[in-house]
This record gives sequence, structure tokens and C-alpha cells, in this order.
Amino acid sequence: MSSYISSSSPGETGLGLEVVFPSSRQIVRRAMLRHKGFLMGLAVIIVVTLLTILAPVLATHDPYAQDLGQRLIPPVWQEKGNWDHPLGTDNLGRDYLSRLIYGSRVSLLIGLSVMLIAGLIGTTLGLLAGYFGGKIDMFVSFLITVRLALPAVLVAVAVVSLIGGSMRIVILVLGLLVWDRFAVVIRASTQQIRPLDYVAAATSAGCSTFRILAHEILPNLMNNLIVVATLEVARAILLEAALSFLGMGVQPPTPSWGLMISEGKEFMFFYPYLITIPGVALFLLLLGFNLLGDGIRDVTAPEGR
Amino acid sequence: MIVYTLKRLALAFLVAVTVSMVSFMLIRVSGDPAIALAGEAASAEQIQHIREHYGFNRPLLVQYLDWSWRALQGDFGESPYFRLPVSQIMGDRIGVTMTLGGYALVFAVLLSLPLGILAAVHPNTWVDRLALGIAVLGQAMPSFWFGLIMIIFFSVTLRWLPVSGTDSWRHFVMPTIALGYYGTPAFMRLIRSGMIEVLSSDYIRTARAKGLRWPTILFKHALRNAIIPVVSLAAVQFGFMLGGSIIIESVFALHGIGYLAWESIGRSDLPVVQAIVLTLSLIYVVLTLLSDILNAVLDPRIRVK
Repeated sequence: MSSYISSSSPGETGLGLEVVFPSSRQIVRRAMLRHKGFLMGLAVIIVVTLLTILAPVLATHDPYAQDLGQRLIPPVWQEKGNWDHPLGTDNLGRDYLSRLIYGSRVSLLIGLSVMLIAGLIGTTLGLLAGYFGGKIDMFVSFLITVRLALPAVLVAVAVVSLIGGSMRIVILVLGLLVWDRFAVVIRASTQQIRPLDYVAAATSAGCSTFRILAHEILPNLMNNLIVVATLEVARAILLEAALSFLGMGVQPPTPSWGLMISEGKEFMFFYPYLITIPGVALFLLLLGFNLLGDGIRDVTAPEGR
Repeated sequence: MIVYTLKRLALAFLVAVTVSMVSFMLIRVSGDPAIALAGEAASAEQIQHIREHYGFNRPLLVQYLDWSWRALQGDFGESPYFRLPVSQIMGDRIGVTMTLGGYALVFAVLLSLPLGILAAVHPNTWVDRLALGIAVLGQAMPSFWFGLIMIIFFSVTLRWLPVSGTDSWRHFVMPTIALGYYGTPAFMRLIRSGMIEVLSSDYIRTARAKGLRWPTILFKHALRNAIIPVVSLAAVQFGFMLGGSIIIESVFALHGIGYLAWESIGRSDLPVVQAIVLTLSLIYVVLTLLSDILNAVLDPRIRVK
């Protein structure tokens, strides 16, 4: 990182000092390092990412191993808790901490995969609608309206229950359902960029439409795209948890945070930690992605607030 | 105005037709709905009987036209589980969902309107941060988990409110808060940014220069303009809340159509699922149609677009 003041060309100004303005990238980087929400979000996501990568090392027990002699041991800060199971055990005697750690894999995997599928669909539709306008725009807007009219959770639950729940199905169904925000945002940003001079220059230079979309327009709406993508990961994770909570998402015995809340619900009056622990984990992860997304928006594209 | 209304009506009609096709195809995603309806223990003969009874052996287009023609007259067929007309079952339940959705909408607006206005009038103060904090927490809070936590706190620990059921207004308090809070962030952000934009406009400066009293400026001049997009958002959010009721209603065992949908999915009562998806989608289509027309009445600029 270079400083504001450089002494690279002494003599020219006669003072031995020359003012060098920071590049826009440096400004953005400095603003990010000052943005508390962004840093907090980033910290949460780094921690969770480390959990998913290091799960086999960090987990003290097999997340699937049942031990009916060790059922419903409370976490260590409660009476009768012990350090062998720091977060206690569930109703089947499985170590709660290990399930929580492995559960982060499910959340992140589903969140990122759904975001990629939805992002691909939504960005393509948004680009085409924003660039070509006219009939194509009408058609894409129509698709967005239809999509918004359908109750997403209900449709997802129905489809998953009919086809059968598995991680792959959940990812596919959610990915095909939640592309709407990508399409809306990318369409609007493309419409703003479309009439700019550099697009006209590329057109008159004889660039192909694909080249204009991929090399002129897409890089310039990257900021907006990253913001939506971050927030959409959070939405996908939330939807997966809701689906699993309703029993129509990831199937037992997979450790998913939504499923852990659903399984703990039966015992929550006597063992509230069964739902507070995975719930807090889920809440923190969602908060992390939301803070990160809002932070990036504040710094790179404040007009979209 | 008439041209705009007609165009908007045509769009709503097309969306409604497409949505009805999706709900029609929804129960056919797994292939043969007769197998799903018959259950696992059914013989080939029983499946064939169901296929003929429901007319699944006819061409798809014929089935669709027949189904949609009947649906248009309010006849959604018979529920194989209850052995009753689907419309009758839904008629008994939809009031609860509408009540919940209405309460939740009022809750969200009542919470976000004063906070949003205060945040806009005093940006970057503690009020602003409080409003933003409530919005960010609302985005990250899984509503089903929030509901369970409230049950533990208000029903079990404090014994103030009933855990589940539909009998009195007390049963609606926690579901309203859980569902309403989920809708709050969108309102809060929209009201805040709308008010900030309006308050910095020329006509507000003129009003202040004329010496008008501040409350008059705030509520009569500024809020009136900032509230227009809130009307559209309310229509959209009400639709989303009805869709999200499937989660909240199953947490609180509230006997609305969301809970009915969840139960019906679990027992393969497909005609009911189909009818609920269609009904919720059509409610959304009608709501957004009305809000668009209302907006065009309030703001003439929209009509010519």
C-alpha cells in the first residue's frame, strides 16, 4: 500500500514532496477497514469458514455417533454438564458441539451453491433484459412477476416433499426459486450502464454483443452483483434452515442447524439449549452475511442503500 | 389512466394464468400424482382407480383446462384426506391466515413508521442506529427460531401467553410479532431513505423558508410523498407474509392455511396443496394490481411510463 505522500520524484515541485492521490481501490480498501459492520461480518464468516474446513480436526466426536447412555447432557455451563461434551448432547446422545461444527458445512455449502445457481439465472436474465430492453425486457419482467407471485417456501416444501429431500434436491429447488433479486438488481444496473459512452464506443468498434455484455457491462456492475450475492447467501441459508425445520429439507441424520432446531423442538421446554444453541449459530451466521453485504454496499455502491 | 389500467389488468391476467399453470404442474413434478395420492401401500389396481377417478389419465391440457375452469368457479375438487370439498376446508382456515397477515402488517408498519421517520430526521444519531440495528437484526433472525424463543420466554417462563392454538387474540400476539418482525426491515429502510430524499428536496426548503411549522412540513408535506412507495411495499409484503405463514403457523400450531398446507404436504393431500399455492399467488397478483392502480392515481407520472 502506498502512502498519500510520495517522494518518488524529488525536485519537480521543488519541495521534494509530491501529492499522490490514492486510487479508488485504495479508498475503498480504507473505507472497508473503517466500517465496523463490514469487519464484524467478515470476522464471523472467516470463523465459520474455518469451522467448515477444520471440522474433522475441531469436532471432538463423530457427529453421527449415538450413545443412548449419554442422552440430553446439558452444556458445560449448566449443572451436570461436563467438558467431554462442551455443548451437551441431544436426545440421541450425539455430541452437540460436533453436530454444530459439521452443521456449518451444510449451511455454507447450500448457501453458496444456491447463490451460484440463482446468480447465474438471475444475472443472465437481468443482463439480457437491461441490455436489449423492449420485448425481452417485458418477458423477463413478466418472469420476475410470476416468480414473486409464487410463495417460495410453500412451493419449495411441496416440491422437495414430492421428489424426496436430499442436499442436491434442496440446492436445485432453492436455486431455481430465488433468482428474483439478482434479476431485479442486475436489470436496473444494466439499464443505467447501457447508455454510457464506453458501451457506445464498444458497439461502434464492432464488438459482439456477448463481448459487450461480458467485458464492458458485467465488470461495471460487479459491485452491485457482489452485494446481492452476499445477501442472497444469507437468504438461501435461512430458507434451507426453514425447510429443514419443516422437515422437508435436508433429511436426518445430517447435521443441519435448521434440522437440529426442529429435532430439539420436542424437548425445548425442559432442555432449551437444544434450540438456543443452533439458533444462535444460525442467527450469527446470517447476521455475518447481512453485515458484510450491507458493508460492501455502503462502501462501494452507497446509492443502492 | 384507462389505458394504464387496462394494460395493468392484462398483465395481471397473464401472470394469473401462468401462476395457475405452475400450481397445476406442481403436484406433477414427481411424475404420476396418482402414485403420490395413493400412498406407499397401494396396489396397482388402487392406483389405476385413483388415476381414473381424478382423471389423471387424460391429456395434460384437458386436465389443466378442466381444473382451471372449475377453479375459476371456486371448485378445487375434493380432498382425499378429509373427503370434503377443498374450497370448504380452505374457507374454514383462510380467515386465520388473513387475520395473522393483517396483524403482522400493522405491527411492521407501526414499528417502522415512527423509527424510520425519526431516523431520517436525525441521521447518524442513536435513533438512526437503533432503527438500522432493528432492521439488520430482523434480516438475520430466523422467524421460526424467534417464535420458539418467544414461546420459551413468554409462555413457559413468564406464563403470559398461550403456547399454541387459535381461540383468542392472545394466541395471535407471538405469531404476529414473529411474522411482523420478519417484514419490518424492508419498511424501515424504505421509509428512512424515502424521508431523507424528500426532506432534502427543494419544496421542503421552500416550506421551511415560508415559516411553516415543522410538524406540518414533516407530516403534511414530506410524509405524504415518502409514503407512496410504502403502499406498494405493503401490498408486496402482505403477500410474502401470507406465504411465510406456513412457517409461523406450524411453529404456533395456528390453524390457518399455512399450517393446513404443511399438514397436507405431509399427508400427500395434493389437491389442497395445489389450491393453497394458487390462492396465495392470486392474492399477491390482485394486491399488486390494486397497489399499482392506486399508485397511478396518487402519482400521475407513473401512468405515462
